[in-house]
Amino acid sequence: MKKYIDTGKKDTRSGFGAGLLEAGRKDERVVALTADLKGSLKMDAFAEEFPERFIQCGIAEANMIGAAAGLAITGKIPFAGSFAEFVTGRVYDQIRQEVAYGKTNVKIASSHAGITLGEDGATHQTMEDIALMRALPGMVVINPCDYNQTKAATIAAAEFDGPVYLRFGRPGVPNFTPADQEFKIGPAIIFNEGSDVTIFATGHLVWEALGAAEALEAEGISAEVVDIATIKPLDEEAVIASVTKTGVAVVAEEHNMAGGLGEAIAGVLAAKCPKPLEYVNGGDRFGESGTPAVLMEAYGLNAAGIVAAAKKALARK
Amino acid sequence: MENIEKLKTIATQVRRDIVRMVNLAGSGHPGGSLSSADVLTAIYFSVMENDPATWRRDAQGQDAFILSAGHISPVYYSVLARRGYFPVSELATFRRFGARLQGHPEVKKGLPGVFQASGSLGQGLSVAAGLALGKKLSGDSHKVYCLCGDGESEEGQIWEAGMFAVHHSIGNLIAMTDWNGQQIDGPVASVAGEGDLEAKWKAWGWRVIVADGHDMEVVLKTFAEAKASDGRPTMILWKTDMGRGISFMAGTHKWHGKVPSAEQVAEALAELGETSLGDF
Repeated sequence: MKKYIDTGKKDTRSGFGAGLLEAGRKDERVVALTADLKGSLKMDAFAEEFPERFIQCGIAEANMIGAAAGLAITGKIPFAGSFAEFVTGRVYDQIRQEVAYGKTNVKIASSHAGITLGEDGATHQTMEDIALMRALPGMVVINPCDYNQTKAATIAAAEFDGPVYLRFGRPGVPNFTPADQEFKIGPAIIFNEGSDVTIFATGHLVWEALGAAEALEAEGISAEVVDIATIKPLDEEAVIASVTKTGVAVVAEEHNMAGGLGEAIAGVLAAKCPKPLEYVNGGDRFGESGTPAVLMEAYGLNAAGIVAAAKKALARK
Repeated sequence: MENIEKLKTIATQVRRDIVRMVNLAGSGHPGGSLSSADVLTAIYFSVMENDPATWRRDAQGQDAFILSAGHISPVYYSVLARRGYFPVSELATFRRFGARLQGHPEVKKGLPGVFQASGSLGQGLSVAAGLALGKKLSGDSHKVYCLCGDGESEEGQIWEAGMFAVHHSIGNLIAMTDWNGQQIDGPVASVAGEGDLEAKWKAWGWRVIVADGHDMEVVLKTFAEAKASDGRPTMILWKTDMGRGISFMAGTHKWHGKVPSAEQVAEALAELGETSLGDF
């Protein structure tokens, strides 16, 4: 199978910070807002270079979303950032009325998503944010897989005219996609072609999916690995094409079952290409304290979990 | 004086529109619409730099107005139509399927004059603050006006926006509260114990002006004072009566969202009297 090299672990939130800085240099309309999490969101470099365009909102996320919408109305391109829970669940109604309803050009920058936020525990670990954002009509939902892709996706989000939910995380994860790549909003990205099983993955589970494909290959199973970086709009054509070829699929994500990528793909397949499907996700539960690595292991969100799911799916072929 | 008489006539016609729109639609919010009729008329016909012919949603080179209390859409739509943003006849489509005059204001259907959706309460002041900040960043000295309700001010986000606007010295923001003392479930004092809004906004660091929101002469003088910014955002607390202008609706929460019958409409219109502007 195609080899990917981890050039060293990097946090995807730093990819966002780098992308924000570059987007800010390219376009003076780009502004950044945060609710007392400038450092956590890696907005420091942007704030230093463009102090006038960095807007500290304090711990008041609802106002931040409204203010971002107001800025967007005047033609600015605001990135409003906080932890994933606090820029989705806490402000769902604000995003709905001020951003999604009028297609106001606001980018929701969502960091520390999922259980890999780690030690802070379940109050801060959202596994429901993708569901909330997917539910909003017209909202674009992007969940990049590594530092380089996050940086590129941030630049693409700035260039896209309309609401975007951009999800990234806290811990260092393998950085294996090309530096300075161009990110296209929408298309699924095939990382490895295979013929026996399709593994759809999003976020840093794409790396785990590649590991799983390698392990499966050792057992003579050919796995196709598809990166669903754009969860909404979902590249339905690519989903159907891949599963039509392989016949079974696994969906891996750091998110709960309800409303996640798994259900999104299940919906497409059930209607248009019914085939056996297995899930690697958080199920229906809250997170808990622990290091990211321990939590990923405990929740089975890793290559081993994906291999097991793939075998289960293959057994149903 | 001539201007004041003209504004009073418009406000009377706006009140006629409100009552008829709500009756025609069979739903809507007359009470707060009537209490804001004089202030909104003044804003669009005298105070705010605005021109329907050159209006654009990004408000570049123009003043802007955000209605935070979106449920008083009848007064908003009437004033916009009377000002020339869209045909007065369109007021008859209020709340109908397919209409640009949705139950609460929005931008998707492209109703001219509306900058942002509102309805879910407590959010408009944040949008107005962001809009005003955007203007500041772009070197545009135009002002942003925003109207909130006093009941609406029970929402915590109003106070978040209050903190934000002062912290970022958003001096081109003129916010207003329609302080009519009533909300759906009863007098504000009995529902939520909101307390002294004047003291609260002062404590928040705003420049605060309290004024009669029905005496047109006072309204214009108050706006003249409000426009002279000292760098702080300004909050005008308009002392008003819910249901103002129609005796059986005035001063009670009961007409917040109640529809007048055909007989009640006739009574209200007779009381208001006809104007030279004519009904829609």
